[in-house]
Amino acid sequence: MRMLRGIAPAISEAIDQEMAESPNTVVLGEDVTYWGAVFGFTAGLQEKYGRDRVIDTPIAEQTFMGLAVGAAATGMRPVVSLMFVDFLGTCFDQIYNHLAKNHYMSGGQYRMPVTVVTAVGGGYGDAGQHSELLYGLFAHVPGIKVVVPSTAYDAKGLTATALADPNPVVVFGHKLLTGHPGMPFEGEEEDVPTDPYSVPFGLAAIRRAGIDVTIVATALMVRRSLEAAARLADDGISAEVIDVRTLVPLDSATLVASARKTGRVLLVDEDYASFGTTGELAFRIQAGAFDRLTAPIRRVAVPDVPMPYSEPLERAVIPSVAQIVDEARALTGVPATAG
Amino acid sequence: MWRPEPSDTDLPFRIAEAGLDRDALLDAYRRMCLIRVFEEAIRDRYWTGKTDEFNMAVGPIRGEIHLAVGQEAVAVAVCAQLTDDDAVVSTHRAHHHAIAKGVDPARLAAEIFGKVTGLCRGKGGEMHLFSRNKRFFNSGIVGASYPQAAGAAFSFLYQEDRNVAVAFSGEGAANHGTFAETLNIAALWQLPLVIVIEDNLYADSTPKWAAQATNHHYQRAQSHNIPAYLVDGMDIVDVHEAARDAVNRARDGYGPTVVEAVCYRFRGHFEGDPGGYRTREEVELWERLDPISRLARRLQRLEWADDETLTELRRSAAAEAVEAIRFAEQSPLPNPVEALTGVFA
Ligand SMILES: Cc1ncc(C[n+]2csc(CCOP(=O)(O)OP(=O)(O)O)c2C)c(N)n1
Ligand SMILES: [Mg+2]
Repeated sequence: MRMLRGIAPAISEAIDQEMAESPNTVVLGEDVTYWGAVFGFTAGLQEKYGRDRVIDTPIAEQTFMGLAVGAAATGMRPVVSLMFVDFLGTCFDQIYNHLAKNHYMSGGQYRMPVTVVTAVGGGYGDAGQHSELLYGLFAHVPGIKVVVPSTAYDAKGLTATALADPNPVVVFGHKLLTGHPGMPFEGEEEDVPTDPYSVPFGLAAIRRAGIDVTIVATALMVRRSLEAAARLADDGISAEVIDVRTLVPLDSATLVASARKTGRVLLVDEDYASFGTTGELAFRIQAGAFDRLTAPIRRVAVPDVPMPYSEPLERAVIPSVAQIVDEARALTGVPATAG
Repeated sequence: MWRPEPSDTDLPFRIAEAGLDRDALLDAYRRMCLIRVFEEAIRDRYWTGKTDEFNMAVGPIRGEIHLAVGQEAVAVAVCAQLTDDDAVVSTHRAHHHAIAKGVDPARLAAEIFGKVTGLCRGKGGEMHLFSRNKRFFNSGIVGASYPQAAGAAFSFLYQEDRNVAVAFSGEGAANHGTFAETLNIAALWQLPLVIVIEDNLYADSTPKWAAQATNHHYQRAQSHNIPAYLVDGMDIVDVHEAARDAVNRARDGYGPTVVEAVCYRFRGHFEGDPGGYRTREEVELWERLDPISRLARRLQRLEWADDETLTELRRSAAAEAVEAIRFAEQSPLPNPVEALTGVFA
C-alpha cells in the first residue's frame, strides 16, 4: 500500500499491470505518450512499453475507434483513449454500431475486448464542448459496459476488471478526481494496493449508512453527496450515500434495498437530467421499492442546457453540495435554512 | 521549401505581386501588433491567481487559453482579402482569426472573461466564439471547421452572392476525416471555399512526423484537383500573395483552394503547457522569424516607415488592446438565471 492522489495514476497502474501480462494489449489515442492522455490515464506507459505499444494516433477518432474494432476482431485487446468524452460525436458510429453490436450481430463469433478511457466533467470553465458527462448515451446502447469510479481504489480495480472483460467497456474518469495538476481536486489521497486486484462490476458501494434518505450518485457527485450527508447530519437527517460505480451492469438490488429502508430517494447526477441516468435509476428503484417509498423520488442533475462558460452560469447548472443538501431537506420535510 | 528572404531589389516586386502597398502593409503591421498585444494581455490576466499553483478553475479567466502568438501573419493576410459578408470558421486557437476578421476586441475579451457583454453573453468562451455580423465562428472540436465553412460556401453559391468562406485549421486537424471529405465535396461542387492550414508543426504534444504520412497537406488537395499553395506563414507578403489568389478564384467562381502556411506557435499548446516536447533551441530559432519584427524590418528597409511611425502604430494598437481588456474587466458577469435560457430559438 501507498498513497495515491487521484484516479488517473490508479487507472494507468491498472493498464500497466495488464500490459505486463498481456502482450496484445496496446494503447491508442491522441497525446497518450507525452501527456499520458492529457489527464494522466496513460502516464508512464510509453516510457515502459515504448511507442510500439503506446501509440500516438493522428487526430482521427472515427478511425482509431474503428481500428480498435478491427484489432479486437483479430486477437488484440486495445485500450483506446478518447481524450474528452465530448469528442464522442467524431467516433460514435464505430462505438455504437460496431463495438457495441458486433458480438451480438455475429451470433457470438466476435468478441470486442476493448477498453475506452475518457475524461468527463466540468466545473473549471472548459465550457460547452469539454465539460460533459454523457455516460447516459453510452449506457443507453446495448452492448457497452459503463464504469464511473469515484475513488482511486475503485478506479484501479474497475479498470482491471474492464481490461479483463471480453466486452467493450468505457471508463469515465472525472477530471476533478484525476489528481492531475491544473485541475481542481475534489478527491482525497487514498491507500491503494500496489499489487493487481479487481473490483467486480455490478456492485454498488454504500459509502455512508443512513436511515432517513438514500442519496444515489456517481463519480464526483459521490464526493459532493458525502459532504452533503455530513451537513445533513448536523440537521439530524441521516443520509445513506450509495456510489453506483458501474451503470452497466447496474446493481439495482442495493439501490432498491436502501430505498425500501429509507423510503426516500434523491438521485444526484452531473449528466443531463432528461431521458438519461436519473430517469433509469428512478425507474429501477420504484419498480422494486414502490410500496415503501414515502415520497416521490427527486433528482439534482444538470438541467437540459449545454454547459455554459462563465463561472456564475456554470455554477448554476452543476449540482453543488448546497443544492444536494436543499433537495434532501425538501425530501425529508425539513425546511431549507436561509442562505 | 521557403522562399529566401527577399532581397532589397526583389522586395518591391514581391509586394506588388501580392497586391500590397505601403498603406496595406502599415495596416497589416498594426493589426498584427493588436493581436499580439491583445493576446499578451489575455495571457497576463489568465495567469492571475494561477502562478503559485496552476489551476484552470481559478483567476479572472478560467478554463483553457490557446494563444496564437507567432501565427499572426496568416490570420491577418488571409482576412485582409475578405469582406464582412465573407465567412470565417475557426478553431480552438481563434483570437487572431477573430481580430483579423474585424470582430470587436472588446467584446471578444469580454467573452473570454465570461462577461455578459461578451460576444456570446459569457455562454461560449474562447473555444466557442460567435459574431454574426462579422460572419465569424469557431469550435473546440478539431476538424469541425472544414465542413461548416464548406456549408457557408455552398450557401453563398446557392444564393449567388459572390461571398467566400474560409476554414482555418491546424495541420493536426487536417488528419481528421472531415478534411478529406470536405476536399472531395468542395472540388466536386466547386465551392467558393478557401481552406487555410496553419502548419505549426505540432498538434498539442504530437509532432507532425508522428501523425502525417505526407510532409504537407497541400499534396492531398492536389489529389482532388484542388489548387494548393505552400507558403511561409511567418512572412505576411508570402501568405498575402497566395491568399489573394485563393480568395479571388473562389469569388470569381473557380472553386476551392488550399493554402498551407508553415508557421510556429511561440507559446504552449495551451497556457500552462510547458512544451517539453520541443527544444528551447527550436523555439528560439523560430522566434527569430517573428512575423511582426520581420515586417517592421522590411518597412524600414523600404523606407516606408521610420521608427517613429512604427512606434506610433504599436502604441495605437496597444491602446486599443488595453481598452478592450479594460472593458472586459469592468463589465458585469451574467446573471445565473441566464444559464437556463436560450437553448431553443
Ligand atoms: C475532435 C477533437 N479531438 C481532439 C481534440 C483535442 N485537441 C484540441 S487541439 C488539438 C491539437 C490540434 O492541433 P492542430 O490542428 O495542429 O492545431 P494547433 O493546436 O496546432 O493550432 C487536440 C488534439 C479536440 N479538441 N477535438
Ligand atoms: Mg498544429
